Amino acid sequence: MTKTTLIPVGPQHPVFLEPLNISLKLKEETVVGAEINYGFNHRGLEKAMAADFRRTIYMCERICGICSFYHSTAYCQSMESLFKVEVPERARFIRLVMMECQRLTSHTLALGHTAEAMGYESLFMQLFREREALMRLVNDISGNRVHYSINTIGGVRRDIPMEKQKEMLSVLDGLETRFAKLAKVFKDDRTIKERTIGKGVLTKEMAKKYCVVGPVARASGIPEDIRTSYCRDLDFQPIVRDEGDSYARSMVRVDETFQSIQLIRKALTMLPEGPLEVPVKGNPSGEAFIRLEAPRGEVIYYVKAKGTVDLERIKVKTPAFVNVAALSAMVPGCEMPDIPVITVSVDPCICCTER
Amino acid sequence: MATRNDELSPWILHFDTGSCNGCDIEIWSLLTPRYDIERFGMINKGNPKHADILLVTGPVTKKCATRLKTLYDMMPDPKLVVACGDCASTGAPFVGCYNVCGGVDSVIPVDVYVPGCACRPEVLIDGVVMALQKWNEKRTMEEVKA
Ligand code: SF4
Repeated sequence: MTKTTLIPVGPQHPVFLEPLNISLKLKEETVVGAEINYGFNHRGLEKAMAADFRRTIYMCERICGICSFYHSTAYCQSMESLFKVEVPERARFIRLVMMECQRLTSHTLALGHTAEAMGYESLFMQLFREREALMRLVNDISGNRVHYSINTIGGVRRDIPMEKQKEMLSVLDGLETRFAKLAKVFKDDRTIKERTIGKGVLTKEMAKKYCVVGPVARASGIPEDIRTSYCRDLDFQPIVRDEGDSYARSMVRVDETFQSIQLIRKALTMLPEGPLEVPVKGNPSGEAFIRLEAPRGEVIYYVKAKGTVDLERIKVKTPAFVNVAALSAMVPGCEMPDIPVITVSVDPCICCTER
Repeated sequence: MATRNDELSPWILHFDTGSCNGCDIEIWSLLTPRYDIERFGMINKGNPKHADILLVTGPVTKKCATRLKTLYDMMPDPKLVVACGDCASTGAPFVGCYNVCGGVDSVIPVDVYVPGCACRPEVLIDGVVMALQKWNEKRTMEEVKA
């Protein structure tokens, strides 16, 4: 009879960017259970965000630095539905382009992180070199590398002029060819395959039970993607795989980077002329509910306003919250050294989860 | 940068005390080819017992405060703390949130403050190079004392 050992991983751990604590229960080398502890990153943002609806755009970008633009877009959309204004088409397309740019930066980060967790240092470095080109691109357009801050209630504050569009397209062309080489490494490399195939399997039933979203759900055979309705004019098809293991999750991300590049190209060719924002006046009242497809899955904003500057309640549900919880279904039966790779393959984002 | 012979390479420890991840990914950019702080002799390590410079990001949340203190105490002397980003330096924009103690200096002493939200890698390089000089000064002082 072997004893069960308890091994704490985190909150400070070299493979995690963020403070996350997982208590692993081990029988010899095999993991038999995992307990996830949250709360290291809880700042109490929902309360702070309800203080003044105009400042909330600034605050909600600071929920997460990786998907900040999704948060501000979701918030602005909910405000627009409260004010009953329609965003100009050009603003909607610019938002879409910027969201896809952010998805690219986020997915390259996630893939690089996976490579790093495997100890595949050179692949990590190469992915981050490509990512830097993207960061410079968004910096050129928005003036910021991390928090773009170009959203405002009723539209966007910055245009993408013609010459920027050309520059963007040429950068994306270069990126696509270089990504294709790196994607080939991800697809065919023996080290990666051996460390990810069949590891951390989340079956479709378990995926439904844990309500996972985003790439984690799509890797387990659930074709959920909110972009199907948001990008209706761009002929969008979600990428779905059935294996449900770490490999499938990485592959979904690899394919989605190419898909995002395609979406940006299409959106730029269709970019309509017109104003960037519509003015809004007064204080909001009523309730709004918005869903958006962030890089890690759907983010939900619920806003209840009472006709004053402060809001009654603002509730954010982020994708990582459900995805990280599903870890406890993935790890049992795995070996201890696989834990970092499996954890990173769900792309945990603690700052989103805990706010 | 030319380093004198008697200057050593410090190892870096990164800890997130409740940041939005914006500054953390900029720290990661630092380690990668474009900015590459390894040319200043620094390398990122996960172990506090080996670390010389602690990079902290984010406002200190109540749950992280004790962990941050423990990490700081575990590091061998001479040690340096670099607060990366606005919220590590001052706690802004999270000042007044119910679960936030404030900037990093409300828990442990800070040697270098790097501004910016998110702090740009270029500024971060400035910050860590400044920390490197300070660290070497501290080290010489300890040697003189010994
Ligand atoms: S300074 Fe800004 S970008 Fe950096 S962690 Fe704080 S809120 Fe995020």
